[in-house]
Amino acid sequence: MKYDTQNFKLLKNEEIADGIFDWEVENNELCALSKCGQFVSVKVPSRTLRRPISICDADKNTLRLVFQVKGEGTKLMSEMKVGDNVEILAPLGNGFSIEKGKRYCFVGGGIGVPPLLFSAKQTDNPMIITGFRNKDLVILQDDFKAVSDDVYLATDDGSAGEKGFVTDILKEHLDEIDEVCACGPIPMLKAVADVCKGKVKCQVSLEERMGCSVGACLVCACKTKTKDGIKMTQVCKNGPVYDAEEVFFDA
Amino acid sequence: MPDLSVNICGVNFNNPLIAASGTFGFGREYSEFYPLENLGGVSCKGITLKERLGNPPPRIAETEGGILNAVGLQNPGVDHFIENDLGWLKAQNTVVIANIAGNTVEDYCAMAEKLSDTDVDFIELNISCPNVKSGGVQFGTSCESVGSITAEVKKHCKKPLMVKLSPNVTDIAEIAKSAEFYGADVISMINTLTGMRIDINTRRPIIRNNTGGMSGPAVFPVAVRMVWQVYNAVNIPIIGMGGISKWQDAVEMLMAGATALQIGTVLFNDPYAPIKINDGIKRYMEEKCIGSLSELTGSVNPW
Repeated sequence: MKYDTQNFKLLKNEEIADGIFDWEVENNELCALSKCGQFVSVKVPSRTLRRPISICDADKNTLRLVFQVKGEGTKLMSEMKVGDNVEILAPLGNGFSIEKGKRYCFVGGGIGVPPLLFSAKQTDNPMIITGFRNKDLVILQDDFKAVSDDVYLATDDGSAGEKGFVTDILKEHLDEIDEVCACGPIPMLKAVADVCKGKVKCQVSLEERMGCSVGACLVCACKTKTKDGIKMTQVCKNGPVYDAEEVFFDA
Repeated sequence: MPDLSVNICGVNFNNPLIAASGTFGFGREYSEFYPLENLGGVSCKGITLKERLGNPPPRIAETEGGILNAVGLQNPGVDHFIENDLGWLKAQNTVVIANIAGNTVEDYCAMAEKLSDTDVDFIELNISCPNVKSGGVQFGTSCESVGSITAEVKKHCKKPLMVKLSPNVTDIAEIAKSAEFYGADVISMINTLTGMRIDINTRRPIIRNNTGGMSGPAVFPVAVRMVWQVYNAVNIPIIGMGGISKWQDAVEMLMAGATALQIGTVLFNDPYAPIKINDGIKRYMEEKCIGSLSELTGSVNPW
């Protein structure tokens, strides 16, 4: 069987920025299976739907999940206590494809940043560019600096790092990299894809509201160019990572 | 050992739990959790004559005790289903129900004809989908239209015909009677209740289709009431569904009048729900010395 749900003990639950929580859950065979760019589906007590959360990091014993409180489900998650059991369905989705010998640039915006940490760790000499609305929402900078010497930060209001967008920084460094992996809001992904178009390959990780999280219920749809024509594909199963050229960002 | 098997129209189900259409695809994904023979049957994702891409996202939102969805019948079309999915699903040792939806009566008839020449066990007439612009629920909301589409499809259908009813009607018992009179072999009910939610910050509906179908535990009492009303109005078997999320709900729905059950939304919360619900029903039957499931059907003792 490919899928399973398991109970994990919550080892850490810390608010690392305004409304953003850092979870560490006890892990066993799950982390050995996890690929960078994949996600997990967390059961939230008293709620009907699970919450899909990207894998921020995984090592031999722990799985790290960083999420933002957006609604009632994530609010309940943020209130869980260390020692509580968390039921998780994982690992899900395709993940980023990483090839040896290539230099990758990881571009993230806001709560799209966390999955890039585990991904950057799988590559040699990665470049990291992250962007946030303001300094209060900046996360994971020390973690990225531990992985790379080439870490750039932008905020919309200039309250931390450079004032501006991740694409402003990306444009300046495009000739230093072979491929981009991006995760963040759709307008950012579209802008990153436009910068990369015709120059370097770009993978984008999408977010969509999900039902079953395994590809059966078809609610998390992404309009996609496929070899069989234009299709709605499922972000949970065919994604969340797509080649930027395949995605209709305006659909 | 209590007997959980059910026979409907000569077709034997291993147990009363059938995966509800639209929540289970064509079964492949959930077969990665457990063998599908753990289920009594699978009602396939609603199929149309030609491929449909469905509605733009977001297609789902959580509500209190349930969800709203508006997928809009995304599916690869009936021919693709027959060629690529049916054979595999039939080999899983579970009953296969083909759920069909169309824009016109002719669409339904054409699909019933194609599927009659295959190995599907039942055809489920989806005249209750609230999330498509034409067809769907418009066939399911008056006795006349339910009667006429049932009669027409019946002429082209060599399989037992299940008619799936919408709860978005004034008198569901009258609709069920019309379906029975014009040839339905089984009633499955209820489809989702049409609902809507609005984001107060953006003033936008929270799903892209504006309205969607509501399902989950919140609709369960409505489903029980409707199954009970229909049980008292028709003589054909009823497959009860709507918000079943634990074994107690399943027993309750059987008592209201269901012969078998479909479950859907609960799978998103717990993919293993069918196995747990079956175990619960079995324990209950042992405890109460009930030998066969049919003893429960319609056994409510109303005031």
